[in-house]
Amino acid sequence: MAAMIDNGLLVQMLIGALLGVSVYLPLAAGQLSLASPAFYAVGGTLAALLSTSWPVLGAGADGTFPLASFLLELLLGGLLAGALALLVGRLVLRLQGIYLAIATIALVEIVRVAILNLPFTGGAIGIFGIPQPFPTAAGYLVPALALLALAGWVCQRLEGMPLGRAMAAIRNDELAARCMGIDTTGVKLTAFVLSAVLAGSTGALAAHFLNTWNARQGSFDTSVTMLAFVILGGSRSWLGPVVGGLLLTALPELLRPVGDARLVLFGLVILLGPVLFPQGLITPSLLERLGAPLRPASWRRRGGVAP
Amino acid sequence: MIESLLQTLLNGAASGGVYALVALGYTLVFSVLGVINFALGALFSLGGYLTYLLMGGRISANGALPGWGLPLELPFPLALLLAAALTGLASLVVEKLAFVPLRRRNAEPLLYLITSLGAGLVVVNLLQMLMGAEGYAFPASALAGLPAAVVVAGARIRSVQVLLLAVCAAAVLALTLWLERSRGGRALRAVAEDATTARLLGINSDAMLRLAFLLSGALAGLGGGLIGVSISLPGPYVGIGYGLKGLAVLVLGGLGSVPGAIAGGLLLGLAEAMVPSGASGWRDALAFAILFAVLLVRPSGLLGRRLVEKV
Repeated sequence: MAAMIDNGLLVQMLIGALLGVSVYLPLAAGQLSLASPAFYAVGGTLAALLSTSWPVLGAGADGTFPLASFLLELLLGGLLAGALALLVGRLVLRLQGIYLAIATIALVEIVRVAILNLPFTGGAIGIFGIPQPFPTAAGYLVPALALLALAGWVCQRLEGMPLGRAMAAIRNDELAARCMGIDTTGVKLTAFVLSAVLAGSTGALAAHFLNTWNARQGSFDTSVTMLAFVILGGSRSWLGPVVGGLLLTALPELLRPVGDARLVLFGLVILLGPVLFPQGLITPSLLERLGAPLRPASWRRRGGVAP
Repeated sequence: MIESLLQTLLNGAASGGVYALVALGYTLVFSVLGVINFALGALFSLGGYLTYLLMGGRISANGALPGWGLPLELPFPLALLLAAALTGLASLVVEKLAFVPLRRRNAEPLLYLITSLGAGLVVVNLLQMLMGAEGYAFPASALAGLPAAVVVAGARIRSVQVLLLAVCAAAVLALTLWLERSRGGRALRAVAEDATTARLLGINSDAMLRLAFLLSGALAGLGGGLIGVSISLPGPYVGIGYGLKGLAVLVLGGLGSVPGAIAGGLLLGLAEAMVPSGASGWRDALAFAILFAVLLVRPSGLLGRRLVEKV
């Protein structure tokens, strides 16, 4: 455990969990969006650019990057990603099912090629020497945990709120939800934007943590790997993607002793996971048994089970 | 002027032909099963490497067996066909591992995306383990019998591209004829139209699905071998990019539409060839930009059927 903190693996796992939640949010409204890597890349690129080329944010007296600037970047990364999602979401959310998935993959590829080719993002090498707000990798645990707690709190709150219930209704039957007078477009867009804000902030955090940032950070493989976080963890509660993100991010590192075969084994896990656990690791019945504190507020109040 | 224009068009049509092969590979499985096989890009890579090995190519120093090669040196056409057939068999294995268990328990379509990508990751990383991460160029003897350029209508054009286009056209034509005319092709289309009715009529729909996977893998493998000989194999991930563009073409033409996949592939190839060399870095985004634009105007693709929501 101590080693995992020292070498930053735990922070990496938390970033995986955050990205899992980011993919989960649109899925909770029944929308299979794979756009999270694009927003992650946008947030990370913004943070990398700001911290390396905007002296106002610059390094403090002791050479570390000011914490306030770091937090400002998390905010700005989230906002920029959210604004992009607002713009793109209106267009793509008219599409359904696999069409939406492919359109969002297209978005990821367009963003990747743009970051690769824009004159100020450092091309294939990317941006490096991103300043550090913390003296060690372990320092990132605090902001990563805080961001995850915030995301979890929002998801948990959503379950009892009209917005969250509308999302669940759309997931069950979009047409019926629309007939009930739910503004389906607005609800889907909100979930999409929330997902983007989370991915953008996570990208800003990851850019500092990784120290370098390039176009490879958000690619098609990442899209489906993030979806695997949700599916293997369980897509019926936000805890699923958290568990899936933590485990699947750790796996390739834990497999390091296996050597070259580790990515083959990782692929096998992704291949066999849905076959062995079609509902994911965190299933609704498991949540029932875990007891009240983790159960969504809406179930508790009614004393019933999930729809 | 006319020479470079002709060459540009031919380059576009040749890479468009390869995109069409990949898109047809997706189409075959999609029309029968209604899901997308994300392992297809990896099978494309596999086809390229198998072609290389069957022609007697050696494994580089970074591979698992440095300097090892198959004890045979097939001529290129034979190696290409055999590699495509072997890739088709690999595609059957992918079906067995990633699709059959989920189908048996009627799992939601979302899960197929994950399992097929997992299968693709296994294939690509096995290739990386075995062959190393670096690129491979095919031996110069691959196309020894072929002149470097041919003269068409007074213009000299590179003959590799002619070969590429011809092989793609032949494969597409053979597939279309088979689908339209033969008993097996009709059975496959019947299953794609309505699996339950087809089964009631005595068609073995599971066998048809296996056939779709076999053909789909063979098409991807053919594409990999062709790209390997005309450009090179830049690494085990070579097929992923083609797989993604094939996906764009698939949607451009309309999911499940065979003529759509062919037209979409050619359209994309030609559009990419028109990109001026100064902006070549942006070329890879073109497919997705076009896709984005088309999806917004016609969500069911250029030649797809309109989606009607039934209540």
